[in-house]
Amino acid sequence: MRPTILRPAQAGSLESSDCLVTVSPGEPGSGVKVNIQSIVMNQFGDEIRATVEKAVAETNVTDILIDVNDRGAVDFVLRARVLTAIDRALGKEEGR
Amino acid sequence: MGENILGRVIPDDVLGNKPLFAGAFARSPQGRKASPPLKAVRPGENKVLASIKEAIKASGLKSGMTISFHHHLRNGDYVLNMVLQACAELGLKDLTVASSSIFPIHAPLVEHIKNGVVTGLDCNYALGPVAEAVTRGLLPRPMIMRTHGGRVRAIESGDLHIDVAFIAAPAADAYGNINGVDGPSACGSLGYAMADAQYADYVVAITDNLMPYPLHPISISQSLVDAVVVVDKIGDPKGIVSGSTRITRDPVGLTIANYAARVIEAAGLVKEGISFQTGAGGASLAVAAYLRKYMEERHVTGAFGMGGITGYFVELLEAGLLRTILDTQCFDLVAVKSLKRNPNHIEIDAGMYANPWNKGAVVNLLDTVILGATEIDTDFNVNVTTSSDGIIMGGSGGHSDTAAGSKLTIIVTTATRTRLPIVRDRVTTVTTPGETVDVVVTERGVCVNPRRQDLIEKLSQRRLPILAIEELKRQVEDLTGKPAPARTSDRVVALVEYRDGSIIDAVYQVE
Repeated sequence: MRPTILRPAQAGSLESSDCLVTVSPGEPGSGVKVNIQSIVMNQFGDEIRATVEKAVAETNVTDILIDVNDRGAVDFVLRARVLTAIDRALGKEEGR
Repeated sequence: MGENILGRVIPDDVLGNKPLFAGAFARSPQGRKASPPLKAVRPGENKVLASIKEAIKASGLKSGMTISFHHHLRNGDYVLNMVLQACAELGLKDLTVASSSIFPIHAPLVEHIKNGVVTGLDCNYALGPVAEAVTRGLLPRPMIMRTHGGRVRAIESGDLHIDVAFIAAPAADAYGNINGVDGPSACGSLGYAMADAQYADYVVAITDNLMPYPLHPISISQSLVDAVVVVDKIGDPKGIVSGSTRITRDPVGLTIANYAARVIEAAGLVKEGISFQTGAGGASLAVAAYLRKYMEERHVTGAFGMGGITGYFVELLEAGLLRTILDTQCFDLVAVKSLKRNPNHIEIDAGMYANPWNKGAVVNLLDTVILGATEIDTDFNVNVTTSSDGIIMGGSGGHSDTAAGSKLTIIVTTATRTRLPIVRDRVTTVTTPGETVDVVVTERGVCVNPRRQDLIEKLSQRRLPILAIEELKRQVEDLTGKPAPARTSDRVVALVEYRDGSIIDAVYQVE
């Protein structure tokens, strides 16, 4: 059984070069849904999606909605924000 | 298809008989200057007309003609919108608007383009809804984008014929003398309006501040002005000038500025009579502050500071560190007041500033200029015309002119802007050719153009972080990834004209 989250959580900010990641529980069986807004969508849209999906996959969490509002964050920032948001939604406030 | 020496391909149908860019100093002028018609105003005649519409009628403006504007009121300008509204109401169509710059406040132009009132644009800089609409293909003919010096060259050579010039006049008298330093809409220098006043067939001064005759000081003479129209307001002071322009406190910006000043010092330029230009942007202006320290240490006085002038330059002037300021445009209120007060703060016209085809522009005498960039390629070509999405959001202004003229052209920029790396394999649009750019300074160090072996030698004797531009590109791409190029169609929406009138690049439509 893959883990699911029971509550919404956020990580990050809307500062330049950061991103705000909001995660919330999805319908049972809905899988992983990623919604991305980015000021550099035309230049890095594919990379951002790949980075976010890879980070979610690492946690094995499913039935989750992930909303990324990106202000030009580089990959390691995106990854850290996604992992932290999921940790918070799972109640692991201290993070990893 | 024509291809210029930078490998930029320009479709024949838009190129017409314009020459392709072949090097910064490849072209030389021939022939004689264009000239406006002879006129006479007899004793007792009155130049003050009741409204903008009356002035348009008196000017003989017809559909298909070219009208011009200057941009000193910047994002506070009401004049362009008022005149175009009047043109629309008079049923004029197919006009070309030659405005030295176009700002967000000029958004109503979009409707005038949709309605066919305006079908051509000619400017040195465009930002905001009009620029965006042009990039999305709204205009039937490609917009012409020039440099500040190139615009004067185009006017004087006859490439850009102005039928009627509308001059926003912060102060005017009833016989058409104009200055920019008095009145509620004071903007300071009127440097960009002067060629229009000299060469247009008909010249209208539009003022909200009619002064008793004779106005003084006089920036544009009555002998050039056909008509004067008084309106309530020519502009919004809040959009015209900022209260004061401050030097950045951002540590990254200060690091860049410090490196740049050290480059100038290492190049041997900090000596009696130094001349320089900086932009008004935070890091650019901070270079002047670091330069000041060197000048004070060595008891060196600068011959002149130039460019869009800010309060910081006034401070240098009044501290005796600059003998003069040569001013085409004031960026803040301190500069406007100084132009009025200080006899050694001198208003100059755009031709004297930067026209490559006159008997010597001041840019030729610049020791160093500090400029910005949106993108730079590894051949040092600079884009300040389009964003990385391909949308027009700027233009040369004086960028290409000062880069070509000065002994040491320095680009200051952060190595990334959000996630976008500054150094690219290929810039979206070439504004300024790499042969005129000497040094790129970022927080990651100093990149010297390999064409400048002399500079590389001088700088290598100092403890400055120097790296090849390819290395800078690699470092930054490791962090950001490689951006996808702008997605554009093959339809040209703007031609980028180098200062000598040759075509250096084209801007393509973005869907």
